[in-house]
Formats: sequence, structure tokens, C-alpha cells
Amino acid sequence: MKRIELPLTEEIALQLRAGDEVLLSGWIYTARDAAHQRMIEEVNQGKGLPFNLQNQVIYYAGPAPTPPGKVIGSIGPTTSSRMDRFTPMLLSHGLRGMIGKGTRSKEVMQAIEAHKAIYFAALGGAAALQAQAVEKVEIVAYEELASEAIRRLFVKDMAVYVAVDCFGASIYSGD
Amino acid sequence: MRQIDVSEIVKSVSELCMEANFDLNTDIEEALYVAQQQEDNDRAKSVLANLLKNAEIAKMERLAMCQDTGMAVVFLELGQEIYLTGGNLEDAIHKGVRLGYQQGYLRKSVAHPITRVNTGDNTPAIIHLRIVPGQQLKITVAPKGFGSENMGSLTLLVPGDGLDGIKKAVIDTVKRAGSNPCPPIIVGVGIGGTMEYCTYLAKRALLRKVGGFHKEEDIASLEKELLLKINQLRIGPQGFGGRTTALHVAIEYAPTHIAGLPVAVNIGCHATRHKTRTL
Repeated sequence: MKRIELPLTEEIALQLRAGDEVLLSGWIYTARDAAHQRMIEEVNQGKGLPFNLQNQVIYYAGPAPTPPGKVIGSIGPTTSSRMDRFTPMLLSHGLRGMIGKGTRSKEVMQAIEAHKAIYFAALGGAAALQAQAVEKVEIVAYEELASEAIRRLFVKDMAVYVAVDCFGASIYSGD
Repeated sequence: MRQIDVSEIVKSVSELCMEANFDLNTDIEEALYVAQQQEDNDRAKSVLANLLKNAEIAKMERLAMCQDTGMAVVFLELGQEIYLTGGNLEDAIHKGVRLGYQQGYLRKSVAHPITRVNTGDNTPAIIHLRIVPGQQLKITVAPKGFGSENMGSLTLLVPGDGLDGIKKAVIDTVKRAGSNPCPPIIVGVGIGGTMEYCTYLAKRALLRKVGGFHKEEDIASLEKELLLKINQLRIGPQGFGGRTTALHVAIEYAPTHIAGLPVAVNIGCHATRHKTRTL
């Protein structure tokens, strides 16, 4: 089990291999369907992105509301392939890592390799367990999107698998 | 004639929304445990152990097992000798869903299909009502996440496609779904009826007990054969490989037209949530 301190530099990415179990610590950003659509629209309108993507990790997740006394509600990955159409552009803006579940398109696999990025898989449907790794939460953008807003999460030892490494190898049997 | 005040329905629906999201059904928990013992793949074993741990935390801390707390699908079997008072039935169900999702801190995941504006309270619920003989009201709440829902299929086969066509439709759907629906999955299959009734049968099949095969022997043997073939795909838990791709296959069928053979596949994730109460 490897421990990784974020941000995710190219140097760290180069050491990771598909199938590795890693523990992530540091800041990550949540964004799913609606936030991706917004970010791409804003880039296309020349407005720029709501946060600097350089060496950052996006978590495809929309948490459940936070119950009293908790840092965050249940949170786990959503299906990554729905974000495939937006991913190459974000990678070209410096995004270094993504956390989600399920396989990616060929185009995304190629972009991951080209930009020396990493696609991590978190356990789908194990959201009560994974909420325990979150220590801080802040809203960064699109608050009106509620669970789909962009949030910054400070995670401590968040357990994920390297699903696609920057050499194009994958954990998924079909890839 | 028995009277039921709809406020009792509101209360039951809201509680069932929460229980379904917090408490993994014991048949699935047992199936996950058995699968974990039998796995030949270390990564699969560890994934299954974490799914069981997640269920434990959710239950103890009254947290949703999955952040996708789903669209609330509500099945009702309403005894025809019941007289409902205090309001109308559909409003009561929507109100129950609204309350349950609010009080349980469950995610509001329902939006307008085109504008994508969130309705804000997880309504409307999807309601399937059957009027049955008697004086009881059976309510089942089955919150459905869309990681798995998106992976379903409806294939309008023709009679000549026969049993082989049915098997192919099911296997192809599971193969295409791959890692997306959070395997190990539960596969609900509807065969026959009309286009919409077939998909309803597939959804209803997901309510069946995991490990409980169909009472008709030939259907049960088809379920077992499909389960075996699906597990031979070795998609495995989370799609990381292993022998546990599905925990169960349940088939519901109905007579269909002489010209048709509809087959629907509704995939449920490893938590496939549903809770039932009878008033």
C-alpha cells in the first residue's frame, strides 16, 4: 500500500502502476455531470476555470447531505464514463488525476497517457465507509447545483486503486 | 371495508426510504459473505470485505450505504376492500418520499430530463400500483441508483429468436455494463408482455430474494444457467476481475403477442435496496 501526499505531481504519477492500492491524502475536488458541463461551457466562452487544475485530482462524486455532527454525508464515486467527453480538455488544462468507477473510453485512455495522468478507482457503493476519509469540505463553485457543486475535500488516507496508469495499463479485465 | 388514513402511508413510505438506504437486506449480506469466502482473486476478496464493512457502518451510523440514494420506486399492492381517507394516495406517496429523503439526509437526485433542474426533494416517486383482493396494503420502496439503471436494456426480439435470443440479450447486456453498475450485480429479467410491461417485470424481479429461484422448474434452471454464464465473464467485484460478477438472476415472465418476444434486463448493484411493509 503506497501513501501519496497531494497535489499529484508528474513525478508521483510516473511511479504508479495499474492495480496498485494507494492511500491519498490532501485536497481533491468533486465534480460530476453538471459541473463538468458548466466548466467546459465556461472554457469555451473564454471565462476560464473555477479553480487551477494544475496537478489537481477531480473526484467524480456528489455527496449525500451532511447529517448533524458529521463532516460530510455518504460519498462515493459515480460512473466515470459519463465524463469521458469532457476529460481530454481538462487534462490539457493541467488536470493530473481523476477518481471514479468503471472503464474509460479509448480517447480518454490515450489522453491519460499523453498527459502523464492517473485514473483512480474508488469503491462504488461503499459511500458510508469512504465518507470517513474526509476531514474538511468547502464549496468552491456552482453552489446552486447542490450535490453537484464543485467541492474541495481534504482527505486523509483515502483508499483507491490505480485503475489506469500513465503508461496506458488498466486494472479492468476488458481493457 | 377497512379504512386507512393516508397519513399512515406517508409515515411508512418515509421510514421505508430511510431503512432501504441504511440497512442492507440480509439475503444480499449473506450472499456477499459467501462470495467473499469463495473468491479466488485477492483483490475481489478485499473489495467484498469492504462492501460488508460499508454495510455495517451504514447500519450502525444510520448513513446511506451509497451516496446515490436513487429515485424512489414504490410498489403498492392495495387491497380492494380498503377505503382511503384523509387525502389522495399519490400525494401521500410523494409526501412520504419528500419527508424520508429530507429526514434521512438522503441525496436529492431527481431532475427535469431536459433542463436538468433538480426538483429539490427527490420527487416525483415512480409508482407501480396493483389492486388486489383483501384488506391489506403492501408497500415496497426500492430506491434505484442510476449507475446500474443506465446499464439496463430492452430488446424486442421476435418469436424465432427463442430461448437462445433471450440468453444472448441478457449476457450481452451484462457484458456491455461491465464495471459500471457496481458489480457484483443482481440481474432482473422480464420476458414477454408488451414493451412497457416487460421492463416493469424486470424491475419487479429485482425485488425477489437473492438465492431464491423461480418456483417453476424450467424458469429456475434458466436463471441458474444465466447466473453461471454471467459469472464466467469474470468481470468481478467493481470490474477488477474475479468469479463474483452477479449474486443472483431473477426472471419474471408473462404471456406475450404471437408476433413478439420482448426481453428486458434491469441491473441492480451490489446493494439492490428494497424494503417492504404491510399495513
